[in-house]
Amino acid sequence: MSTGILPIGATRIGYETKGYFRSPDAVFFTFLFPIIMLGIFTAAFSAAGDIEVAPGVEGISVGAYYLPGMLAAGMLLSGVQNLAVDIATEKGDGTLKRLGGTPLSPVSYFLGKIGQVFVTATLQAALLLLVSATLFGIAMPTEAGAWLTFAWVFVLGVATSALLGIALSAVPRSGKSATAVVIPIVLVLQFISGVYLRFNILPEWMQNLASLFPLKWMAQGMRSVFLPDAFKVLEQNGEWELGWVAAWLIGWLVIGLVVSRLTFRWIRRDA
Amino acid sequence: MDTTTPATGTSGTAGTDAAVRIRGLRKTYGKLAAVDGIDLDIAHGETFALLGPNGAGKSTVIEILEGYRLRTSGEVSVLGVDPAHAGLDWKARLGIVLQSATESGVYTVREQLSHFARFYPHPRDVDEVIAAVGLEEKARTRVSKLSGGQRRRVDVALGIIGRPELLFLDEPTTGFDPEARREFWTLIRGLKAEGTTILLTTHYLDEAAQLGDRAGVILGGRLVDVGRVDELGGADARVPIVRWRAGDGTPHEVRTERPAELVASVVAELGGEPEGLEVIRPALEDIYLQLVRAAGADARDDEEALA
Repeated sequence: MSTGILPIGATRIGYETKGYFRSPDAVFFTFLFPIIMLGIFTAAFSAAGDIEVAPGVEGISVGAYYLPGMLAAGMLLSGVQNLAVDIATEKGDGTLKRLGGTPLSPVSYFLGKIGQVFVTATLQAALLLLVSATLFGIAMPTEAGAWLTFAWVFVLGVATSALLGIALSAVPRSGKSATAVVIPIVLVLQFISGVYLRFNILPEWMQNLASLFPLKWMAQGMRSVFLPDAFKVLEQNGEWELGWVAAWLIGWLVIGLVVSRLTFRWIRRDA
Repeated sequence: MDTTTPATGTSGTAGTDAAVRIRGLRKTYGKLAAVDGIDLDIAHGETFALLGPNGAGKSTVIEILEGYRLRTSGEVSVLGVDPAHAGLDWKARLGIVLQSATESGVYTVREQLSHFARFYPHPRDVDEVIAAVGLEEKARTRVSKLSGGQRRRVDVALGIIGRPELLFLDEPTTGFDPEARREFWTLIRGLKAEGTTILLTTHYLDEAAQLGDRAGVILGGRLVDVGRVDELGGADARVPIVRWRAGDGTPHEVRTERPAELVASVVAELGGEPEGLEVIRPALEDIYLQLVRAAGADARDDEEALA
């Protein structure tokens, strides 16, 4: 057994993942939530009929339309909400102070956190797709190209969310206030970014506002994978704009990385 | 005659071979000096007990030594390294038992210890440590399900899992029942026998007397006394006290090296048994309380609020 930064980071991934699944709050609000929401949407709007781009063009079910948004929400919740609340809580309850007194490298610690986000977000997405394909009868893409897009949007989106979660964990002043600070931010983003409300029915100013944040781009990238190509006319500029999806997510990834690097401390060293 | 004794007090002869070396340590918050000029050497293998009321500056000193806080001025060397600029290799040589942490505790005792053992190059055997802190029956129980005293034992176990050269114990037995405390003392004596240097803070004076080679009393950010536990406070502080009440009820208190003689003379004078007669040989606790009273420690209660 080695005490190197990477082997310990790998150990931390298992440790963190185990801890995540033993925390009922985290599992419900960041793991199961998008799956439950998709179930509710599918059931609630099943009578409303299919969503169509234009008369005469074949539409898709409400569940199929909302699946990409729920995938994006899952990425955001697994990364931002989960880590921001988790790390702020660990700061408040003495976990970080204890770790700060051990030879654990902060790099190993973050590998554990980010790795945990990847493990749980991947399981979440797999479960969401499985439930969609089986219970909700949503058709899955068959082209390899679509799945390739899915893969990079997913990996980039989850990485960005994880780093933004770490960055946001510096904001709450105490572990107890963490959910009160983090959840409203995440919830508002979901409403303006096309997760719970169809993006094309939102007013333009709200679309423009949402475009400044990463969730809109994750949802748009996922729509490009799961919706028929004809649906791109409903996007703000009538295109999937995958180049912009990548650019905005990389931009936020860098912001998350820099802010995390600048703000993280095991403890407030000189309080 | 050339007896080697641990470096005593602030003699300054210990140099680099001291496990902990402190010179002119100060820590100020605004105008308040939480630590106001401390000199101390702790030798390798020594167990040193730091005593003092809440807010006297004990925890501030310890946290500076552990690297959690930065000092305002002075020199500090812990295992030959300045804690303010120490790396992970240095931390691997320390064991730190903080005052209570309140982690959510979703891991079992065994999982938590096995995981922490991974951080260290030469950790102790997990099962041996679990046995040493008396938690064999709880090894598969999640930390959140343990009692306060049992959680404290987990804290201690995590502090020693890495086989530290220097162990910091900040009020380690708070919440222990008397039996658990005695078991804990046995554990600490075992670590001491292996050569571990131990810096202990405690409110229990009997604990300091049981474990400490030397003790220091910190009051108002200053070390008001340092010495072997049986010499603390000086010889005067250990002079027996005789108390009694005269026939008219007036209380008397006299300090004398010859209490039996005094009692005999009082009996002769009163012509009978004196009321409320006590002969007291001051224990560490009495000596400590005398020191605290003499220094008027009340004034320094602010530090905890700032910490």
